Amino acid sequence: MTAGEMTTEVATTRSSGLDWKKLLIGAVGMWLLGWGLANLFLSFGYYPDKYGSKVVIALLALVAGVGGAAILFFFLNMFVEGLPDRISAKLMPYAYVLPGVGLIGLMLLYPVLQTINYSFANEDSSKYVGFQNYREIFKDDEFWQSILNNVLWLLVVPAVTVAIGVVVAVLADKLSTQGEKVAKSTIFVPMAVSFVGASAIWGLVYHYDIGEKQTGLLNRIWTGLGGKAEAWLSISDFRLNSFLMMVILIWLQAGFAMILLSSAIKGVPEETIEAARIDGASELQIFWRVVIPQIKGTIITVFITVLILVLKVFDIVYVLKNGLDKTNVIANLFFQELFANDQAGRASAIVVILLLAVTPVLWYQVRHFREEEANR
Amino acid sequence: MSVMADGRRRSPFAIVVMVLLCLLWTIPTLGLLVTSFRTRDAAATHGWWEIFSSGWTLDNYDKVFNGNEMGTSFLNTVVVAVPATIIPIMFAAFAAYAFTFMDFRGKDLIFVAIVAVMVVPIQVAFQPMLDLLGPRGLGISGQYIAVWLLHTGFGMPLAIYTLRNYMSTLPRTVIESAKIDGATHFQTFWRLIVPMSVPALAAFAILQFLWVWNDLLIAKLFLSPGNSTVIVKLQGLLGSQGQGQELLTAGAFISMVIPMIVFFTLQRFFVRGLTAGAVKG
Repeated sequence: MTAGEMTTEVATTRSSGLDWKKLLIGAVGMWLLGWGLANLFLSFGYYPDKYGSKVVIALLALVAGVGGAAILFFFLNMFVEGLPDRISAKLMPYAYVLPGVGLIGLMLLYPVLQTINYSFANEDSSKYVGFQNYREIFKDDEFWQSILNNVLWLLVVPAVTVAIGVVVAVLADKLSTQGEKVAKSTIFVPMAVSFVGASAIWGLVYHYDIGEKQTGLLNRIWTGLGGKAEAWLSISDFRLNSFLMMVILIWLQAGFAMILLSSAIKGVPEETIEAARIDGASELQIFWRVVIPQIKGTIITVFITVLILVLKVFDIVYVLKNGLDKTNVIANLFFQELFANDQAGRASAIVVILLLAVTPVLWYQVRHFREEEANR
Repeated sequence: MSVMADGRRRSPFAIVVMVLLCLLWTIPTLGLLVTSFRTRDAAATHGWWEIFSSGWTLDNYDKVFNGNEMGTSFLNTVVVAVPATIIPIMFAAFAAYAFTFMDFRGKDLIFVAIVAVMVVPIQVAFQPMLDLLGPRGLGISGQYIAVWLLHTGFGMPLAIYTLRNYMSTLPRTVIESAKIDGATHFQTFWRLIVPMSVPALAAFAILQFLWVWNDLLIAKLFLSPGNSTVIVKLQGLLGSQGQGQELLTAGAFISMVIPMIVFFTLQRFFVRGLTAGAVKG
């Protein structure tokens, strides 16, 4: 990194008054950087042939993007340092916070307000229609299907993921050091797999062939046990297809749960377990009464993390079923309304419902954070 | 009952359950891997476990690497993922530094807001951002930079939160003495705080890289077809039963290898970086 060179330049003696040179270089630098980057990226879009090959563009984009961000802070810092000391000290924190927090404002806070705004407008956001969109989605069966499915996902996935995470963490702890390492890595591998990749993997497992010969693993096992081959993901009785898709998400997330829970379990003081053992508690009692209460905090953290992920579940349902056969979920319904049906108003109303659904989690997060700060 | 090398008793129950779980966790992926080495016809007529049947081939991988579309999409994925991992870390590290070591008005309020927006679903941003970045707005939708900006914004709350939690566990005396030695904040940041925060930076880098590399929605909506990522291409293949179906398994497998390498190289930082500063409750 160029940090070394950059810092030595700044290390001149600090004057207490206004430093015109720094101020000017900082301001002009930021302006030039922004202007240069904007033009560079526009030229990638408009004149890709001038660069010869895609690889050249790729490398240039990489260097400009990462370097640009670093140099931005360099000039920003210089600009603020150029101000008189008193103002500079007051302004510096805001300068450091601004790029990050500004982006949060632009990409998360502003869109929340805008989406609420759009949800009261028509299909291309050109005219306000009052509560029309909400009335329409509440009358829509598909919406209630999606809500029901989302609730099922929420009830099943976080709980099962945490349970598997705890079981693996506890049992792996009882294996030999080598065995523990192998087992944990194996469970963890899917964490690096995309939802689309996982859908491809499990699509093969659930595969159904018309005709006698089955190439899907599940059908092969099922027919081997004497059952009849089925197109599993089309069976909506008892929401079987939804449950089969939940398996995919659990398979993906269990490793994440396991790794955090495992480190929490290893942090449980040995004395507390030893004391319980001396008192004659069984291994099962020790687990429920001694270990679990001490890792409660981590369990809740993991549970909430998976819960937030499940609220937004989209890729698996979209890729494998696109919401057919009663598998629809809120995030996929939103996608259909916005891009397939061109109903921006209704799509926004659906997101507002999703926002309302996350509010309790949000409130909990903030409260939890405040408690932790108080304990610091 | 037998005893292990370190003197603990061997638990047969743990061994049996863990072996079963590990099989359940690997067999589906193994199926994909085996299928990726089969011709299209062989994959359609034989289960992948019938390893003694014919129809083995390396063609699928050859086509993925040398075929125009897939090869380009891998390059695109790298160009999207690397800056979209590093830029948010840089922005967040500066912000986290200010939240940890500097005092300013509105600090607590802004930070609580950051904790709150961690929960906001990114779906809220699609329509407003398509308007803002699209032809009606800045006109950068479809370009890499649009996707970098989006990933930077969406990753920012978690990044600032994780980094601040970690930085607040660093000894304050080090920063105080740097100040006395006349170091500016900019110097303290690069020379002291960044090197000391490596575990947290690496832990967040893993999460963000996995998330960006594996992302479907943002890449699909905000990248022009020529710039689109491998995940988007795979999703296209999954939806179609037609041409290129045999590329799906090989492409999917390669798309998993790179994030796995990144993860296993950096994993020793993962837990330490993520859990530091979180008070156990």
